[in-house]
Amino acid sequence: MTLNVTDLSIARGGLPVLEGLGFTLEPGRALILRGPNGIGKTTLLRTIAGLQPPLSGHITGAEDQIAYAAHSDGLKPALTVTENLTFWASVFGASSIEPALDAFQLVALRDRPAGALSAGQKRRLGLSRMLVTGRPIWIMDEPTVSLDTGAVAMFADAVRAHLGQGGSALIATHIDLGLDEAEVLDVGVFKARLPALDDFDEGFL
Amino acid sequence: MIALLMRDLRLAVRAGGGFGLGLAFFLIVTVMVPFSVGPNSELLTRIAPGVLWLGALLSCLLSLDRLLALDWEDGSLDLLATAPLPLEGVVTIKALAHWITTGLPLVLAAPVLGVLLNLPTPGFFWLVISLFLGTPALSVIGTFGAALTVGLKRGGLLLSLLVMPLYVPTLIFGAEVARRGAEDMAVQTPLLMLAGISAAVIALLPFASAAVLRINLR
Repeated sequence: MTLNVTDLSIARGGLPVLEGLGFTLEPGRALILRGPNGIGKTTLLRTIAGLQPPLSGHITGAEDQIAYAAHSDGLKPALTVTENLTFWASVFGASSIEPALDAFQLVALRDRPAGALSAGQKRRLGLSRMLVTGRPIWIMDEPTVSLDTGAVAMFADAVRAHLGQGGSALIATHIDLGLDEAEVLDVGVFKARLPALDDFDEGFL
Repeated sequence: MIALLMRDLRLAVRAGGGFGLGLAFFLIVTVMVPFSVGPNSELLTRIAPGVLWLGALLSCLLSLDRLLALDWEDGSLDLLATAPLPLEGVVTIKALAHWITTGLPLVLAAPVLGVLLNLPTPGFFWLVISLFLGTPALSVIGTFGAALTVGLKRGGLLLSLLVMPLYVPTLIFGAEVARRGAEDMAVQTPLLMLAGISAAVIALLPFASAAVLRINLR
């Protein structure tokens, strides 16, 4: 269940953004990705989640092990909090949603339609989905957007509990989560150089 | 899989889900036809099977652009693609949910509307049979079109243009079954063709839909 990334090159919209990137994520560890906007953090996470193929390089240990949380939470506004979470629980084969509701203090909101939640409450519901997946590797893209400090602490506790159970987490974020055990990887140093123009392109310049 | 089907059905009947959209459109088209072509009952009898089939096809088309686009917009398509469900299964369930919320109500409403168009008595049975066999193909082909255009904002026009030609065989043979049934002729040949088209698209197109969806999610 160790996630291993070696010599990875990835592209966004046909242009290479990161190259020669490699890291190892052991069970029980967390890795925080940092880097300026547009450097390719989201692209990297989507590639590891299997949503797009890498240009080159290898990713091992990700298949059927990861739970992915994107910028958007994938909530249905017409369904209640419980219905949203129960759906993902049954997709991933989890039995109970109660621990997830507890961890993000959603119990009082459980019968509220997701469309009537505030932005921060929606995000908490989106993050609680990670708990019902039962997957060991969490891949999260800016998980703390629109969370207040209390909710960030809630999230940090959930990640810590997950690490304590032998899980691991790969998180792209700009803020300090207060996870002392987490390593930080600055992806800025892997920025891809612009490829030299080949003869084909030159013909159009 | 069952959870996904139940979620889609539940979403369809909730506020803003668009459950009645296709049915209401079908109703409007068939009710308006006698007003526009006049109350000549012989003429209505002759055009009834074709009008009913065309109405059913257009109402199917109407609800296609929200089939996958809503899941794309709120990000749940990304999450479904990383979930343990095979994407082929996801698009099949999506097509099934679309058929249950759009196709099946049309099949059930068609005989009632056939009365308005003065459809001959033997035609009712074959109209229902032909719609029952043909509308699943409309949903499956439509899901393929929706998967092709999923990344495009306001892709409704492109979707209609892409899907229309693929609907033509189903329309031809479906309307032919209904017409021959209404005129008390042998229906076996178009019926077999219609069933064959439906069986083939249900068997093959989910793989194509899943493949284009994977490419569109990149």
